[in-house]
Order: sequence, then structure tokens, then C-alpha cells
Amino acid sequence: MTDAEIISLVNDSLVEEFELENSAMVSEAEIFDDLGLDSLDIVDMVVVLEGSLGIKIRDDEGLREIRTLGDIHRFILQKKRETEAAS
Amino acid sequence: MDVFRSQRRVVVTGMGAVSPFGRGVKELVSGFIEGRSAIVVLEELADYGGLRTRLAALVPGVDGKEISRNKRRSMSRQSIFAVLAAQEALTQAALPEAEYGGGRYGVVVGTTISSLETSESFFADHFRDKSFARMKTSLFFKTMNHSAAVNVAHFFGLEGRLLAPAAACATGCQALGYAYEMIASGTQDVMVCGGTEEFHPLSAATFDLMNAASFRYNDRPSIASRPFDRQRDGVVCGEGAGVLVLEDWQSAKDRGAEILAEIIGFATLTETGSIAEPSSAAMQRCMALALADAGVEVGSIDYINAHATATEKGDIAEAKALVGIFGEQIPVSSLKGHLGHTLAASGGLETIATIEMMRRGELWPTRNLTELDPRCLGPRIFTGIEKQTTDLALKNNFALGGVNSSLVIKAMAS
Repeated sequence: MTDAEIISLVNDSLVEEFELENSAMVSEAEIFDDLGLDSLDIVDMVVVLEGSLGIKIRDDEGLREIRTLGDIHRFILQKKRETEAAS
Repeated sequence: MDVFRSQRRVVVTGMGAVSPFGRGVKELVSGFIEGRSAIVVLEELADYGGLRTRLAALVPGVDGKEISRNKRRSMSRQSIFAVLAAQEALTQAALPEAEYGGGRYGVVVGTTISSLETSESFFADHFRDKSFARMKTSLFFKTMNHSAAVNVAHFFGLEGRLLAPAAACATGCQALGYAYEMIASGTQDVMVCGGTEEFHPLSAATFDLMNAASFRYNDRPSIASRPFDRQRDGVVCGEGAGVLVLEDWQSAKDRGAEILAEIIGFATLTETGSIAEPSSAAMQRCMALALADAGVEVGSIDYINAHATATEKGDIAEAKALVGIFGEQIPVSSLKGHLGHTLAASGGLETIATIEMMRRGELWPTRNLTELDPRCLGPRIFTGIEKQTTDLALKNNFALGGVNSSLVIKAMAS
């Protein structure tokens, strides 16, 4: 998958799970303030992204740094690259 | 015999319904007045082995999407029904919202069982590999036993007592009774109370297994549920929610609220001789205790809204219990011929219907009763809408597990 395809898949998964508007899915969108998610949603977001992308991120320290949708994209792309390099 | 007696008068100031007739008390009333059946053929039941019935009474056109996602994520379908019914009841009651959070406004809402639809969906996936990695946080909040009550409390910010009774078909009646007692005793001022139920094939299969679910009318759903009728062949399971707002009479009067009815007596008891067989004697004990709690004589009851689910044993036991206490002149009807058996919701929905009958000065009959089972002979089980002024009504709900419950309702507080 290309980076663009991965970002698209992440956005589609979050739009479906959290009933978000496609127009809200911009990189600078704050997860809590702009997308309206909370701590329970973040737990579910991890489950959804693990399922969509076939990766394990639950115990990754990098999750704690995520503030915006762009942070999620960068985190996931980095994780994919690490996973591919390790395999 | 010493019995619990109310210290404060308790009145109904709001009612909300989500039923197989649709959304709202108005739809519920229209269904009964027009004598409609809400029972449908559910073709997907044919996919289940070992299940003979194809019938259900389902709530049409309610998906809960009007509830915001962050509130809805913890709600199963039966919680959505309860919240929407509570919303209608609270809108009618028009209580001061500033009081919701003060600890004096509580919630008593129960279900037969936690959301089976949610559990089935989770376990169907889980059993592929026994993994919990795909489990979402909402699973527990949707399936915990007090989920419907909690969701009602959280959605409206009702921060008083919270109770989630579970007594199968007696759940709704118990919820109203326990709420009544909390207000009467002075521990709470307002209670949002009732029962809610989502249809699942397991409910139908449970009755079917015990030869107590209707299936001979699979091709004629509108005549399938036939309480007290000679040709009845069992329960048709349904779903919905019936929620009432109960309030201390003095506060309702002081704020000029419209008082819809008064709850003046309640009893519930458990008969331990059998977990499944109904007992006329226990039903009689329960009704007698409710009358004693209300402080009224047998002869002052004007109408009885029966539990009568259209099972052979239950209908006969209740008819015998009724004639034994009230004699042959007492008018009796069961509304399950129209609505099927909405299980935990039935106590709330049928109490709302009973109050609406009292307010309209009429009685609604048992649908599909064309030839009375001679073994149900005794009380006057009428077959058409009757005009009658009802001052006092008795509402029965009896449940598997030997649980019996009865509520005494007075037409208007004076």
C-alpha cells in the first residue's frame, strides 16, 4: 500500500467507527477538541486501526504523543515501515 | 397482617412508550383503540434450527440515530428504547431540570437479560480464535446488567438512586413498584421507572422449548396472540419500553403539574414451589398484599389489567386467582392480544395503557378472544371496548422464576 492509500484507509476506518464527517478529516484536526473523541474512543481507535491495518500498536509508547489526525497518520506510517523492515 | 404503608402519596406525571405500535404513547393508544395487531412474521426465524415460531412484535422505525454517538456508544437497542421512552415521559412531566442532579431524582429501569444482540455479535467473532484483541470498550457498557438504567441516568443527568431490577416478565411492574416505595418512604422525590426489552430469537426459543410459544398461527400473525381463548397456543414475544415519571404528590401539586394517575399500592412476592409453573394461590397472595398496601377493599377495584400471556397454564391460573378474589363481575382484559408479550417492557407499557383507559373512561378488550377457554371461566373477560368510569385498577405481571407483582392505580389524585 502507498502512504496515500494507508492514510485513506485510516481516515475511512475512523469516519465509519466514530461517525465523523469526511470534511473533518484534515491533518491539523485535534482528536479531542475537533473530532470529539475521548479516552474511551482512543482505546477503541487502537482496536479499529489494528484490525484495518493488520498491525499491533496497543503497547506502543508513541501512542501517547498523538494529538492530531496528522499525528495518527505519521504514527501509523512509521509503524508500517518498522513492521515491513522487520519482516 | 402488618404491611408496608405509604407515608407520602405518589403520582404519575409523565409517560413514555416505545412499542410494537411505534414511537410514543399516542401511537400506543391508537393501536389499542383501533384494535390493531402489532405482530408480524419474522422470516429470519426460519434460519434457526429447533425453533417453531416465526412470530414477533417488533418496534418499527427506531434506530436511535438521533442520539449523539458519544451517548449512544454505550447503548444496546433496549437501552435506546428506554432512553427514548424516558425522554417522552420527562418531556411530559416538565420537571425543573436544575433538580435532576441533586440526588433526589432516581432511575429504576430493568430488562429481562442484558443485550443478547450485543453479546451474540461479540461472541460470534470471539469464538473464531478466543481473542479479546478485537473487543471494544462499548461491549461492557452495553451488556452490564444495569446498562439500560445507567444509560437513562446518564443521558438525562439523573443522579439519584439507581436500580435495575431483573424479574423477567415482572420486571417493569417491579420497577414501578420499587420506585413508588422510594418516593412514598421519602428517600427520593422523583423516579424515572419502567422496563425495556429487545427481541432476540433466544426469548422466543425459550418459550417454544417449554411449548409456550405460538406457532400454529405462523401464517396468520394478527390472530396469533390469543389470551384466554380456547384456540390459543402460546406467547408471541415482543419488544419495546414503557417508562413513567413518578413524583411526590405534594411537589407535583405545588408546581402545578398535570397529574395523570396515582399509584396507591404495590406488592411483589416469590412462589418457590416451581421455577416455571404459575400458582393461583401465589397470585392471590400478591394481589391481596397489594390491596392491603393500598388500604382498599376488594370490592373497590373497578378493572383488572391481567398479565395473561396466552399460555395455557398462566391464563387459567390467573383467571382462577381473579375470580377467587374479585368474583364474577370484575372486568378483566389482557393487552397482549394486540401487542404480544413485551416481557420486561410489558409492566410499563400496560400500566401506561391502563392509565390511558382510566383517563378516557373506557376499557380496552382482549384482542383475538373469540371463544373463552372454559377453564378461564369466572371473571368478566370482555371482548369489545366498553365505556366505564374506573377509579381503581389493578395491574398484574407474573414471571418465570415464580415472581409475582401487582400494582394498584387510582384514577386521579384529589
